[in-house]
Amino acid sequence: MARQAISADQLLQGFDAGKGALPGRGLPWLANLRAQGRERFRTLGLPTAKLEAWRYTRLRPFEDTQFRPATEADGRINVDVIPALLKGAAARIVFINGLYRQELSNVAGLPAGVSIEPLAKALAAGSGWIADHLGRVAGETPQAFFALNTALMDSGVVVKIARGTSLDLPIEIVHVSGLTDRPIMYSPRNLILVEEGASATVLVHHVGLGAGAYFVNGATEVDVRDGGSLRHYTVEAESIDAINLATAHVRVGRDAHYEAFGLAVGGRLSRSEVSIRLAAPGASCKLNGAYLMRGAEHCDNTTVIEHLAPHTSSREVFKGVLDDESRAVFQGRIVVHKGAQKSDGHQLSKALLLSAGAEIDQKPELEIYTDDVKCSHGAAAGQLDAAQLFYLRSRGIPEALARNLLVQAFLAEAVEEVSDIGVREAMMDKVVHWLPAQCYLQEQWRGR
Amino acid sequence: MGPMLDIKNLHVTVGEKEILKGLDLALPAGEVHAIMGPNGSGKSTLSYVIAGREGYEITKGQILFRGEDLAPMQPEERAAKGVFLAFQYPVEIPGVTNTTFLKEALNAIRRSRGESELDAMQFVKLLRRQTKELGIPDDMLKRSVNAGFSGGEKKRNEILQMAVLQPLLAVLDETDSGLDIDALKIVAAGVNRLRSPERSTLVITHYQRLLSYIEPDRVHVLAHGRIQRSGGKELAAELERTGYAEFKAVAAE
Repeated sequence: MARQAISADQLLQGFDAGKGALPGRGLPWLANLRAQGRERFRTLGLPTAKLEAWRYTRLRPFEDTQFRPATEADGRINVDVIPALLKGAAARIVFINGLYRQELSNVAGLPAGVSIEPLAKALAAGSGWIADHLGRVAGETPQAFFALNTALMDSGVVVKIARGTSLDLPIEIVHVSGLTDRPIMYSPRNLILVEEGASATVLVHHVGLGAGAYFVNGATEVDVRDGGSLRHYTVEAESIDAINLATAHVRVGRDAHYEAFGLAVGGRLSRSEVSIRLAAPGASCKLNGAYLMRGAEHCDNTTVIEHLAPHTSSREVFKGVLDDESRAVFQGRIVVHKGAQKSDGHQLSKALLLSAGAEIDQKPELEIYTDDVKCSHGAAAGQLDAAQLFYLRSRGIPEALARNLLVQAFLAEAVEEVSDIGVREAMMDKVVHWLPAQCYLQEQWRGR
Repeated sequence: MGPMLDIKNLHVTVGEKEILKGLDLALPAGEVHAIMGPNGSGKSTLSYVIAGREGYEITKGQILFRGEDLAPMQPEERAAKGVFLAFQYPVEIPGVTNTTFLKEALNAIRRSRGESELDAMQFVKLLRRQTKELGIPDDMLKRSVNAGFSGGEKKRNEILQMAVLQPLLAVLDETDSGLDIDALKIVAAGVNRLRSPERSTLVITHYQRLLSYIEPDRVHVLAHGRIQRSGGKELAAELERTGYAEFKAVAAE
């Protein structure tokens, strides 16, 4: 226990040392919010396996790595190519080690009613609506890392889509991390407000450079107002020693729709905890994801979908592929509250284990407090099908390629849930790139 | 040059059990041979061991394909050399479209032979020609491999793969099972189109029916893991009349 208390304090040292450098200083409401976050984090301490949400994920990386707060110098490093995923994006915002890089970003030409700004800039400009929403969508939550983010938030974006505005092309947010002398940590905080009848697509892409350790402690609040619609995608391609913790809170209003897809293709520890509240009649969500892990990587998707009103619907599909000694966790809870009759909730989690050392813990849960609902859940884990492999190989397809085809086919079923075609293709590209390279095998093959 | 396929004193065990017990078979280039036999005689084991399925262990003897021992070769190497097995139970592969599958297979084989890969256009052209002859609708190419296919569609899909890959040796494992007479004719026509002096076909079947459409040069009766009797095509007709009782009795001795 003592060891953990030290770790929690260590993480706060960054706060105390760099307090003056954090964005929004001089705003009393923000100072207050940060102080509350700090206190909450101190009280909660680092999560342990005793907490249901952290039952299968240990925080060992914090025991062997010391993180210092990211500095402006870390954010000023040269990056030759911005790893943009989309050819056509309405806007692109690029952060390097948490620092907004205006010269690499492009937010020009956005239609009226669409506002997208780095958090620091928005706070400096005194955008008043932020005070009304930041921390409010999530409310009081017993999540230590969310509280830590509230205390230390230093990066991220605020997006507002005004009433009735519809933005067709996606907004792409790129977070590049790595290449620092010592392991850094930073805390992106995103706030997305989709007003009544508005719609937009946001893709957040985290990508690591080099093999060094770093820690991204992200938090996101999303409010989709009545009749609004948000497609919210994330791609996490962190470095092999990186930690990415992401906590999101989403509120979906009357007849509003929220679609999320999270793809994780790397990182020592990659954890996403999403809470969605279907708050008014007709609210619906799709919460989907895929993960591909190898080596000693660890991925955790912990989700809660709450049906709080009648005629709400949710659909959740997570699929993952685990190789080597990698591990994954899926904990999915659907709660249908009293009074949320005629609700509809479906959940599916499937994992493909490519090696004997890989491991998955799956915990699907349904809590239903009302009659007249349609709910289902399922979880499965298995290996590549030997009969399918033999069939492909008997047609001349080399084993490695046959395995790739089967893995790709398995994941395609999840990725197809992404309704934005450009994003879907980008995600499938990521999947294909993750697969073991073929060329040398083919060369070897030809040599025979 | 010796026969296309030359199987000598082949012993195969599956698990602990010996299934093939000294099988001899010589299939010359350009010929079609039929293997007939009762259920459990080792027919499917023979087809799988030729194709290289895991778990089928050759304990004695050898399978020579164009003079080369198949035993050390991976299934994909055998395919590249020209061996093709039409499965009794074709495998469903959801998420891989038939077109992707066929293209990957053909190009893998071409690569292994040092030939250039076909691009999408060239491949589609080649594929269209084959599907037309086999009466396969385009929709079947867009669907996942065998997923949700009827029995007849699956078997036709096997013949399509064979037509695209143009093997030197085709082994048809109970390709007639589950086919109505129309599908049977289509399948047989597909096999007959591939007949040529440099190709051979091994038709494994329980019934004589298919052999009315694919006329064999030789018929072998497989029972108890060995070829019990060989003869001309008239042997198939005889078996249809007498059944396999004679060969079942052999076991009792």
